[in-house]
Amino acid sequence: MNVPEWWYLVLSAVLFSLGALGLLIRRNPLVMFMCVELMLNAVNLTFVTFSRSLNDIGGQVVVFFVLVVAAAEVTVGLGIIVSILRRKPGTTADDLSLLKG
Amino acid sequence: MLAAAFSRPEIDYHAFAPEIVLVGALLLILVVDLLFEDRARWATSTLAGLGLLGALVPILTLAVDGGDRSMFGGAYVVDNFALVLKALFLIGGYLTVLISTDYIGEGDYYEGEYYFMLLSSLLGMLVIASARDLISIFIALETLSIPAYLLAGWRKRDLKGNEASLKYYLLGVFASGVMLYGMSLIFGVTHSTVLTVIGERLAGGGASVPIVTVGILFVIIGFAFKVSAVPFHAWAPDTYEGAPTPITAYLSVASKAAGFVALLSLVFIAFEGRSDVWQPLFWVLSALTMTVGNVIALRQTNVIRLLAYSSVAQAGYMLAPFAVAGHTGVNQAVESVVTYLLVYLAMNIGAFAVVMAVARKTRSGELSSFGGLFEYAPGLTVLTSIFFFALAGIPPLGGWYAKLVIFRTLLDQPTVWSVVLAVLVGVNSAIGLYYYASVARETWMRPVPDEDRTPISVPSSLAAAIGLCAIATLAIGVVPQIVARFAHLAPFGS
Repeated sequence: MNVPEWWYLVLSAVLFSLGALGLLIRRNPLVMFMCVELMLNAVNLTFVTFSRSLNDIGGQVVVFFVLVVAAAEVTVGLGIIVSILRRKPGTTADDLSLLKG
Repeated sequence: MLAAAFSRPEIDYHAFAPEIVLVGALLLILVVDLLFEDRARWATSTLAGLGLLGALVPILTLAVDGGDRSMFGGAYVVDNFALVLKALFLIGGYLTVLISTDYIGEGDYYEGEYYFMLLSSLLGMLVIASARDLISIFIALETLSIPAYLLAGWRKRDLKGNEASLKYYLLGVFASGVMLYGMSLIFGVTHSTVLTVIGERLAGGGASVPIVTVGILFVIIGFAFKVSAVPFHAWAPDTYEGAPTPITAYLSVASKAAGFVALLSLVFIAFEGRSDVWQPLFWVLSALTMTVGNVIALRQTNVIRLLAYSSVAQAGYMLAPFAVAGHTGVNQAVESVVTYLLVYLAMNIGAFAVVMAVARKTRSGELSSFGGLFEYAPGLTVLTSIFFFALAGIPPLGGWYAKLVIFRTLLDQPTVWSVVLAVLVGVNSAIGLYYYASVARETWMRPVPDEDRTPISVPSSLAAAIGLCAIATLAIGVVPQIVARFAHLAPFGS
């Protein structure tokens, strides 16, 4: 069966919305972090789909860059989360409220 | 087949020289820090400063040489716009190094890594000034943001620092994701990642209107986070308060400027033909940003948070020219934003530097700790007043010229919307004057808390930074032609 390309676009839009909603709703820093990854991978799916349908390799090149940047972001993000959880195990985003006003 | 199609791109090493010098300096810092450890702690800040000044040399030679240099099929362009902004980033970075030297050196935190991160982040800014392609803008933005997330949480044993860093990080990557999704849609309808090509295809019509609209909205919203525009500003005050003060100064000036630079090239090169989409969006962003920033700043009792909200409000003034660019033309809008950024660099880093100098004695950022500053540190009091009144836009201090340029752009070809926005800028400047003046009132008129009148010793590098900023602020206010000349050079492809 031939899957039309707009299915992929819809799928990636759904994934992106799930990631964005999850980031806004969930309160565990690690889960919020996974949601960001979901958003970035939805973007990758869009780029690959367009790249296939336009027959343009450029879109797939973007995906490599996004993957590398996402890896760098993961490293930094986990470092930050570990340094918080070390001082206060079981912290959620709502517990981080020293700074306000 | 693919191998035969590959040809080696022409690389103009002169155009890349500032970036190459900066990479050399940051690698040198890493090696020196690794080999000499504690014996070389003092050397890393010196090396960082020298590296930044060294990177200014090729910028001067490129400026003297003149001419636009374009590489990689138009993805990387070194023109006057790029050169003026690269110089702005390098000078901002140098001032940050000056105010960091003693602050970081006296803390028990790592030094070598600090300057390494700072220079990596600046490298991203140098690239973003030249980036004219969706991929290179994205990579540059991440190069400047990722080290900044770490720098914001530099006090890693302090929960406030951790919180600042995590909030900045989560919202920063969220913004990148939103922006990237917008970019993917724009790539899908225009079949290109190069800004000039996107510009032609969007202006030419034929592209699917709803998808283009969503793409442009997402890209601009992604950058609205980076420049801390309301309603996407929630991270800014918390991050600014929890981060080390030099980094706060750096984020509020250089990092914000980088966001504006990317917005300028995206909006005015790629999206220019679709001003019906972005003009109303910028109008709302600008009006909300300056009003909310100023109103919340009114009730702050901590000077760092006050400056944080003030920097949110200032971003609102800088967004105003975008909202009228379709009528007044791109060149004038670019000129006024660049002017504002140049003036803002001097006065805002100066304001943070005097706050740091006072905090060396009081160990506090509370407004009340500034009470009676005049009685024991008259020099610093005068400087505090200079920077805060400059931010408020009082002549003859630098800020008035920046505001004037914004007004001129808004009222050049008046429409109802631009006049309303100009009125909003005026009202907000008046609100701003109230809280900027409240800092001055505290320092001149209030009693000294705890009757502690020991004088403040300001280390030489911090004093140098304050001096440089003060001279620049005064000079720009009295002879605005200096900035006007540089800003005039700036518009694209001059």
